[in-house]
Amino acid sequence: MRRETVLNVAVLLGLLVVPLWAWVNDAPFIITLATKVVILAIAGIGLNLALGLGGLVSLGHAAFFGVGGYAMGILASHAQSYTPLMEWPLLIEGTKSMPVIWLLAAVTGALAALVIGALSLRTTGVYFIMITLAFGQMFYYFAISWPAYGGEDGLPIYVRNGFPGLDTLDPIQYFALCFGVMCLVLLFVARLAASAFGLALSGARQNAERVQAVGLVPYRLYLVAFTLSGAITGLSGALYADLNRFVSPTMFSWQMSGEIMIFVILGGVGRLFGPVVGATLFIVLEHLLGGISEFWHIYLGALLLIVVLFARGGLIGLLAGREVAHD
Amino acid sequence: MTDPILDVRGISKSFGALKASNDVSLDLRDGEIHALIGPNGAGKSTLIQQIAGGLRPDEGTIWFDGTDITAESTVERARRGLGRTFQISSLAMEYSVLQNVMLGALGRRGGAFRFFSPVMKDKALLDEAHDALAQVGLEDFASSITAELSHGQRRQLEVAVALTLSPRVFLMDEPMAGLGTEGSHRLMNFLGTLRQRAPILLVEHDMDAVFYLADRISVLVYGKVIATGTADEIRANKDVRTAYLGEEEDA
Repeated sequence: MRRETVLNVAVLLGLLVVPLWAWVNDAPFIITLATKVVILAIAGIGLNLALGLGGLVSLGHAAFFGVGGYAMGILASHAQSYTPLMEWPLLIEGTKSMPVIWLLAAVTGALAALVIGALSLRTTGVYFIMITLAFGQMFYYFAISWPAYGGEDGLPIYVRNGFPGLDTLDPIQYFALCFGVMCLVLLFVARLAASAFGLALSGARQNAERVQAVGLVPYRLYLVAFTLSGAITGLSGALYADLNRFVSPTMFSWQMSGEIMIFVILGGVGRLFGPVVGATLFIVLEHLLGGISEFWHIYLGALLLIVVLFARGGLIGLLAGREVAHD
Repeated sequence: MTDPILDVRGISKSFGALKASNDVSLDLRDGEIHALIGPNGAGKSTLIQQIAGGLRPDEGTIWFDGTDITAESTVERARRGLGRTFQISSLAMEYSVLQNVMLGALGRRGGAFRFFSPVMKDKALLDEAHDALAQVGLEDFASSITAELSHGQRRQLEVAVALTLSPRVFLMDEPMAGLGTEGSHRLMNFLGTLRQRAPILLVEHDMDAVFYLADRISVLVYGKVIATGTADEIRANKDVRTAYLGEEEDA
């Protein structure tokens, strides 16, 4: 087995063992922390699809994270107040069912990414970064000034949404659910990376001219990747909102976009498990260092600098070595 | 005589005061190698870029198999069957040699929107890819990382990728640059047989190769074609001798 595969399996096992240990020892806070790691990892996996495979440096992924969160918030708030979303031309009611909410969060995340991507992908480099950032900020200010769903104060959801056959309010059960979703998303992205689409997309990142010369259109590859990326990050937004039972405009903030990108960079850009390792490290540091000083971001910044300067492949690259061509 | 498959008519392209292409006309017919030679700065690369679609000419038209393709993009031209190799190797450097060729095979199949089956296990594409590698003599390097190849090997890989496209026309920008004597001879023989499959517009600095291979030669000087003809005609042409071959003898 390749070293990276061994490492990936170890990371998955670690993410399972710690909350199970916490469950046995009755430490629900640790379980919640692990759930947060898993959910943020999904957001990072979404970004990594665009950033790692496609080379699209998006500083606006909080838009999709927030769209997913608000998809959950809006559906659940209508369900808890027994008012329909709309009555005409057809009746749409709110819902407290997670599978339905997830589907809608992923679809709205994908739609948002399709629109933002279609416009932003006409630019490259710094302009692309700035335009995605601008779109993210547009969503942020829109959420703040939209009083129907809490505006600046956000939108509390009193009871966590339901999943058939599970008690989602039990921390370990909600963790298991999120962990399962993460594994499915990882599987999806792994298949995608090894597919014809993955080969062409990563080829376009390395050399767009080459891809054009064989008759493929980089813009289309990028747009599909960006849309799928938005769907995954949107899904994670719905899970995150359900974890906190609260949706607020901060999910749209550019700091959120930055954090998602930090997960990817810390763990390893373009590595399947990069965002998982990155999100784990981020949350552990936030928990440990945050207890020492509220200025813990200084240490995070130092770590990020070290990774960017000395370990381009992130933590995974450091431990598993250079990526080998998969054939 | 058959109609030319590629027909460049009266192309001009200026960059400011510099006329990089000045009313250039040339054509490519089935079964031939048409070499384009000229001193450095004569505008060969600009011309190739206009034919491949990277640059749009200010004036003139480009016809491909009876269709005006002057306004078409690089991708559209590639899909029509214009197989290009680059002067400065343009490959996916992180990929293995095989993956680069697979990319070409994928392009020929006409789409990359297959999301779930592992592409590196696609038997049909793999066969095409390995076949192309064997033809240029790179079969032993299939799993090497492209960035680690020598200069010459990258040129061979460029040709292999073009082969996977099964193009109607090859557009080769100095495929032999950086190859050793042996590699250069091997590629020369290979290009000689390749013209039966599709005609080649060849830009090349290696004069031995050009005079050995080319059915026709066009000489470009200061953006203008000063002569077109067979190897013997070009050797005998006075203008060419003074403008180009002469210079080289002096040097």
